[in-house]
Amino acid sequence: MESILISVLTRTLIAGTPLLLGTLGEIITERSGVLNLGVEGMMAVGAMSAFTVTLITGSPWLGLLAAVLAGALAAGLHAFVCVSLRANQVVSGLALTMLGLGVSGLFGRPFIGRPLPQKLNAIRIPGLAEIPVVGRIFFSQDPLFYLAVVLGILLWILLSRTRWGIQIRSVGENPAAAEVQGVGVARVRYLCVVLGGALAGMAGAHLSLVYSKSWTEGLTGGRGWIVIALTIFALWNPLRAFLGAFLFGCIFVLQYLLQPIGVPPNFLAMMPYLATLAVLLAGGLRKDRRRLLAPAKLGEPYSKGEA
Amino acid sequence: MSISIRLQPRQEASAALQLAVLVLSLLAGFVAVGLVFVVKGVNPFFALWKILAGSFGSLYGISETVTKAIPLILIGTGLTLVFRAKFWNIGAESQLLMGAIFATWVGLNLGARLPAWLVVPLMFLAGFLGGAVWGLLPALFKVRFGVNEVISTLMLNYVAAEFLTLLIVGPWKGATQQGFPYTDDLPAAAVLPLIPGTRIHYLTLLVALACAVVLFFLVYSTKFGYELRVVGENPEAARYAGIDFLRTTVVLMVISGGVAGLAGVGETAGIHHHLTYPAVISGGYGFTAIIVAWLAKLNPLAVIISALFFAGILVGGDAIQISLGLPAATVHVFNGILLFFLIMGDTFVHNRIVVSRQRRA
Repeated sequence: MESILISVLTRTLIAGTPLLLGTLGEIITERSGVLNLGVEGMMAVGAMSAFTVTLITGSPWLGLLAAVLAGALAAGLHAFVCVSLRANQVVSGLALTMLGLGVSGLFGRPFIGRPLPQKLNAIRIPGLAEIPVVGRIFFSQDPLFYLAVVLGILLWILLSRTRWGIQIRSVGENPAAAEVQGVGVARVRYLCVVLGGALAGMAGAHLSLVYSKSWTEGLTGGRGWIVIALTIFALWNPLRAFLGAFLFGCIFVLQYLLQPIGVPPNFLAMMPYLATLAVLLAGGLRKDRRRLLAPAKLGEPYSKGEA
Repeated sequence: MSISIRLQPRQEASAALQLAVLVLSLLAGFVAVGLVFVVKGVNPFFALWKILAGSFGSLYGISETVTKAIPLILIGTGLTLVFRAKFWNIGAESQLLMGAIFATWVGLNLGARLPAWLVVPLMFLAGFLGGAVWGLLPALFKVRFGVNEVISTLMLNYVAAEFLTLLIVGPWKGATQQGFPYTDDLPAAAVLPLIPGTRIHYLTLLVALACAVVLFFLVYSTKFGYELRVVGENPEAARYAGIDFLRTTVVLMVISGGVAGLAGVGETAGIHHHLTYPAVISGGYGFTAIIVAWLAKLNPLAVIISALFFAGILVGGDAIQISLGLPAATVHVFNGILLFFLIMGDTFVHNRIVVSRQRRA
């Protein structure tokens, strides 16, 4: 029993890490007022870049770097189209998903089924890893798990405790007022969108370097859309993103575990989406209807000097 | 001295400018796709030629292109309507699936007992209903609970896909399918007839063309068409004009979801003859149709042409998979890049570019 519990929790953390990284990225993106539905595409590009660069150079760390750059570059395209050209964010995000899935499929083709030459090995945190049960679950994980946790906490501090965080939120809530205060709306949005893409790329790297240790077309398997759901589920708060990401990660693990005892995996697979809908509906039931703390100007382009 | 480039909103763009921007956007898109081929080490002219030859270069190619255009026309026309009202239905994929589920139920349960002239209309009716119900949900969520439709339609896509899979591996799994996760095949009366030698299920094609015509008149020459444009462009003004936002949104999504459901009927009763995995039943028509609607400038009649265009890319994409050994994802590269260039082009339709030289103070 204990070993099953440890195994479920360990795998929950592994399955939840890419969701957490992606969600953190989408939170900072959306907090600045830009909706990026291209997460699935950015993750795919990140996963493919990480895998191919690791295969060519033999270094998973260079692979990770490539994924971060690829994700950032893809997001930069979205930022250019949405912030500079003020085009429709929904459509641009969908285009980014198509492009990302397409490019990664096209250029990753020769690498399908190849084994990863060098893995990102799990790191045992000295001392902490020796704690019974807890040590094996939390302190013997892959480096990207630790990185995701640290980044999540940093992002929370950034958004809620620093001047930059106030600027980012003000750009998402009331860009005109932010502009008056001397905040460069376009600059902040570019930075947040690109940072979000970098995190989505990192999430992709986790999928190809840690989670599956291989590359195949469709590796992301809809996780990018789960990230969109999680961002709402977490109410745009990085700390709540931890809870959501590992909860949804746990559902992934349970799908396979509960199948033999008669729970249909597709039924569990529906849960993240139903839970997100429930959160949205519950938010709508509240009297104040303050749209669940969503950034007020989410999805709306802004032009200088606009009232 | 510095040069600043600004976008200044323009009131009305001339038809000539709109057309010029459209043509240039597509051209630029094709150049960008060509560059991707070059990077991949494929001669872009050869690849484009193969796509063209595969989709429009033979009778077989043309028939396949028309076959794939059927769901795109249906869904695309529905989307022109809701997009005009700025209701972002990106759930057509699952509205199609729900239509397929409802129609399959009718086909399996009534197909053996009733004649074809009765079963087939009933299946189309059921399919419309299935898609409409699935489209109605996000509409109600939006008007009653203020839930953003982008997110709700996205979530419902996954719910429907998992639900369909649940059905075909569970209660609806066919006894005659040797363990494959399909429903039983539809009885002969519930199968749509084809144009001989092709896969064109012409009844659905006729329904699709009729939808495009009807919705065209709905948009351009009825009061409702006027109302939905006002709702999209200026919700405030709509309220002052006494336009019922709730009713408009609900009607729009019933139509948009319903016609996507009709596409689901065509795919199951015309092509597959049973329910199977969601990715096989639809394979992204709901998303491709978004680009179809966009390229058609949200004009339901123009959707017919843009649907044929993108169906051609789908078919041609299959052709270059075989002849050039490129993966299925190549089509996504096409769709993604063309969509990017189309929306970038819109910027230049809606805005004037103002280049000014400023002396730094």
